[in-house]
Amino acid sequence: MLEVDRVTAGYGEFTALWDVTLRVSAGEAVAVVGPNGAGKTTLMRIVSGLVPIRAGDLRLDGDSLKGRRAHEIVSRGIAHVPEGRRIFPRLTVEENLKMGAFLPAARRHYAETARRVWDLFPVLAERRRQRAGTLSGGEQQMLAVGRALMSRPRLILLDEPSLGLAPVMVLRLFDLIRRVREEGYTILIVEQNVRQVLSLVDRAYLLEVGRIQVEGRAADLADQDFVRKAYVGI
Amino acid sequence: MKRALPLVGLHVLVALPWLPLGPARLYILHVVILILIWSVVGTAWSLMGRFGLVSLGHGAFLGVGAYTTVLLWNFWGVPPWIGTPLAVAAACFLALVLGYPCFRFRVVGHYFALVTLALGEVIRLLIIAERDWTGGSLGVTLKDAGAGAVNLVALQFADRRVFYFIALGVWLAGLLVWRWVDRSMTRSALEAIGEDETAAASVGIPVTRFKLKITLLSATLTAVGGVLYGQYVTYLDPGTLAGIGVSLRIVFAVVLGGMYTLLGPTVGTALTIALAEYLRVAFGVRFLGMAETIYGLALILIIIFLPAGLYGGLRELWRARPRPLAAATPPVRPA
Amino acid sequence: MDAVLIAEAAVNGILLGGVLALLALGLNLIFGVVDIVWIAYVDLVMVGMYAVYWLVTAYGWPLPLAAVAAVALVAVLGLLVHLLIISPILASPPVNQLLATGGLLFFLQAFATFLWTTDHRSLRLALPVVEVFGMYLSFARLLAFTFAILGMLGLYFFLTRTYIGTAIRAVSQDREAIALMGADMRRVYLVTSAIGGGMAGLAGVLLIIQYSVHPHFGATFGPITFIIVVMGGLGNMFGAVVASLVMSEVISIGGILASTEMAYVVAFVIFIVSIFVRPEGILGRRE
Repeated sequence: MLEVDRVTAGYGEFTALWDVTLRVSAGEAVAVVGPNGAGKTTLMRIVSGLVPIRAGDLRLDGDSLKGRRAHEIVSRGIAHVPEGRRIFPRLTVEENLKMGAFLPAARRHYAETARRVWDLFPVLAERRRQRAGTLSGGEQQMLAVGRALMSRPRLILLDEPSLGLAPVMVLRLFDLIRRVREEGYTILIVEQNVRQVLSLVDRAYLLEVGRIQVEGRAADLADQDFVRKAYVGI
Repeated sequence: MKRALPLVGLHVLVALPWLPLGPARLYILHVVILILIWSVVGTAWSLMGRFGLVSLGHGAFLGVGAYTTVLLWNFWGVPPWIGTPLAVAAACFLALVLGYPCFRFRVVGHYFALVTLALGEVIRLLIIAERDWTGGSLGVTLKDAGAGAVNLVALQFADRRVFYFIALGVWLAGLLVWRWVDRSMTRSALEAIGEDETAAASVGIPVTRFKLKITLLSATLTAVGGVLYGQYVTYLDPGTLAGIGVSLRIVFAVVLGGMYTLLGPTVGTALTIALAEYLRVAFGVRFLGMAETIYGLALILIIIFLPAGLYGGLRELWRARPRPLAAATPPVRPA
Repeated sequence: MDAVLIAEAAVNGILLGGVLALLALGLNLIFGVVDIVWIAYVDLVMVGMYAVYWLVTAYGWPLPLAAVAAVALVAVLGLLVHLLIISPILASPPVNQLLATGGLLFFLQAFATFLWTTDHRSLRLALPVVEVFGMYLSFARLLAFTFAILGMLGLYFFLTRTYIGTAIRAVSQDREAIALMGADMRRVYLVTSAIGGGMAGLAGVLLIIQYSVHPHFGATFGPITFIIVVMGGLGNMFGAVVASLVMSEVISIGGILASTEMAYVVAFVIFIVSIFVRPEGILGRRE
């Protein structure tokens, strides 16, 4: 479904990704792991159109997304849950979800999609009239995921969903992501919790200093060496 | 070679009053004097502007400078020799009262611009409110000292050339101040203050004190510019000397010429005054408002199409040309 | 001084505060969302006032129709300002942005002078004066206040009940995340500018029934509007309304105790001091 084809990208003079190739098939869950500063977030940002591609191509179902702006890419069915959640703190929980359904196509199904999100995250339903900024970190992350689901995407990009959460919350969050996956969404996830994420996904890529180093099935990669590499990048 | 050009320029400026300029000689001299006076103000503004302190309140310092000396002379016969230091002191007081809390509490960007705008309004409104002294919005005229063409005590001269040399001297002094500030800081420190205060503070630059220093210098020079204006034009009104309009004109001239170079503000001022004068003469009293309309349009177009100012725009053109490898040093960004 | 006079001034302050709040909300919206100070914002009000004046006096339109046309006209003007002037300089340094809208200020004032001279023009509506508890209140002001409230309510419902309105509020909270929601920033900016323009147009309508218009009308209300926006706190609608009422009370009561100019001086000094004490606005939130 998604093909990242020999992409080079960066900010200003700085190049963050070199010749990166990656693919995600429909229905698959794929993880990108690697040490800090490896370019994982940049990878997510080029897919959602926040960072332009310098060389290479980006395709969704065979159509090039190169040069498309972020809001156009969302309408193609890719939802990005950015690093640090980035919910709208002074909007209510419900308004945040409304923003997730900003696209006209998603608006028409608002009530139905919202019901699914409430089912998935009952705690959000309880707090729907609360300002999002008053939620706990874990709840904010759920809101960020729920908000992404509101656009009725086919592919969800999750960037470090467990960042800054208490260990107990991390476990709950991974449970929830598993349920999202079971609903049939295709997922591309960037994570620091390598062990947990490998138990969740089908395949994984190891990204180091802007290049893909290893690629393989999650089950095969769940050995010590890979995990160690991902953490410390040796 | 490098030192020759400024020297030649200076000689031309000194000799200007005696050059054969044709029948419009006096008018040309008048325009050049105006350019010199406003260049002092522009240079003063750029002292702050280049550090990201965008002031929309320089009309206040200008107005305080001009009104203080003129009113002291009109009401008590205090000569500008004494009036000028008092005017400068008043402007500095104003700058201190506004600047210290601003820098202490890190009021920056749009907020600094709006606080200074409020200051400009306060001075403009005070001038209008105290109409018994200032003539209100109708303005005030400097009392003629009489007693001959040259009155050294009152600093009033019938001969424009005397004013010309005074303005030239003050302008040169302003450039020296600018250069002194420029030299007293390393380039990296300049950039640091303009872009990131915390970083500047962390490399040991006392940001608050430095900002206060340049603000006081800027207020002083602007007030002196105001004094010159008052003595030369001899008619003051709050619309021309205080408030947002004049502040915007000053800023426009500086941005047009470029605020990161010594002569940028002067070049910008010369161009804007030449434009304003040309439009004024071209339209005369026939189409009231047309000159200003074109001025406003020109301002908008210049900002959109020449965002780096004239100097910056020309330099970009220069840079776009292919250069020999030897000259390909990394480009130095203005602070 | 007579207590009734002061009470009258206080009520007039509230009535003026309504219109000022309308302006402050419009400017607040643009400042908060597009992150640019439209120095010429209140000069758009002047255009709206002239529009009503000419439609009524020269073309004989009924006032309500002229009012609607003026609001629409200034809304379109707001859209054009964004499209032609602001959008090319969105990435420019703030000083350039101030100057570009400053150029618009010169342009609008001068062009109005060119077209219509500096004469003060008034609709001369001869609306009645209402006597309440010994206070004499102008009916025009009451009418203006009522419509200002209606305008603000309209804005409130637009910003809270519609998708695009909610997106406009979200932009100032996270510019990048709103693009990830599928909202086109350019469109959000355009809608914001048009709404801001429409608010200026409505304020123009409400001012022309009370005051006479002249090319430099913007200079009267411009600076005070900026400081109200900052005092109320960016993106804080409630704060903008409260700050408007405070400032208009200062101006109104100060105006009869001293002089209008001194009252404005006090208002500006209050602003300068308040910036030092609470830079995020009197009702703003600390980031």
